[in-house]
Amino acid sequence: MAVRAWARVGRLVAVLTIHREIIEAIVAHARRDHPDEACGVVAGPVGSDAPLRHIPMENAERSTTFYRFDSTEQLRVWREMDDRDEEPVVIYHSHTATEPYPSRTDVSYAGEPNAHYLLVSTRDEHTAEIRSFRIVDGQVSEEPVQLVDESMDPMRSIEKSGDPHAVQSFMFGQSPATVDYECQH
Amino acid sequence: MAIDVRIPTILRSYTGGAKAVSGAGDNLAELLTNLDGSYPGLRGRLITPEGGLHRFVNIYVNDEDVRFLGSLDAKISDGDTVTILPAVAGGAFGLAAAAAVLGR
Repeated sequence: MAVRAWARVGRLVAVLTIHREIIEAIVAHARRDHPDEACGVVAGPVGSDAPLRHIPMENAERSTTFYRFDSTEQLRVWREMDDRDEEPVVIYHSHTATEPYPSRTDVSYAGEPNAHYLLVSTRDEHTAEIRSFRIVDGQVSEEPVQLVDESMDPMRSIEKSGDPHAVQSFMFGQSPATVDYECQH
Repeated sequence: MAIDVRIPTILRSYTGGAKAVSGAGDNLAELLTNLDGSYPGLRGRLITPEGGLHRFVNIYVNDEDVRFLGSLDAKISDGDTVTILPAVAGGAFGLAAAAAVLGR
């Protein structure tokens, strides 16, 4: 019996599918700004759930325990996305001394119900930890992260091809005890 | 002429799904009161019970964050565009504080 996991948000399957190169660029950004928290966006076409355009943002707080998008930069980036019919598919930030799990502050600020909230921990200098969450109405649901290789572009054709070697599926960290699963037969 | 107000995804439930609406007022406080007449509840998501601008949102008049324009007193004229965005912020502070309390 096939069991598929659906996010509470309804329209989307509870998984983040993202190019490996983008994840590597996000980790590199987080390493560069360590021990301050790094933050940014991956934009994609509205409704596509495909994070394609990596936009590193300034952490206006320049803090080891807090981040905030610079409001002027955010307006510029959000307008640019609007002009290109894009939306923030992924909003990411790093935790530099703790686990990559949303803090109460993260949950209270989560204001993009369609976004995947990606957290990177750089607490270990050799291995970065990455986990992805949906945060809707204060409810946190973890989801797996599927890394796709750029050479296999486009993503959509990989999903259709069903080639088990085309997509590697990773769940970083522990099992998603907080994910709300609904089974489909 | 009126003021063009851009509504973020998370608040479109108040505007019947509309991405942009029209409002009136000479300053931000008046505009938000005016909008709340058409879209009840919207103002409460932007203003705290104490009457200040909520820290979870950014509001801009044209290209400027209203926090630099006197916040709710920010002057607005017909033809201006007011953009509301969710503030994107957070961080490990909550976790770090918890870890400190637990002595880890």
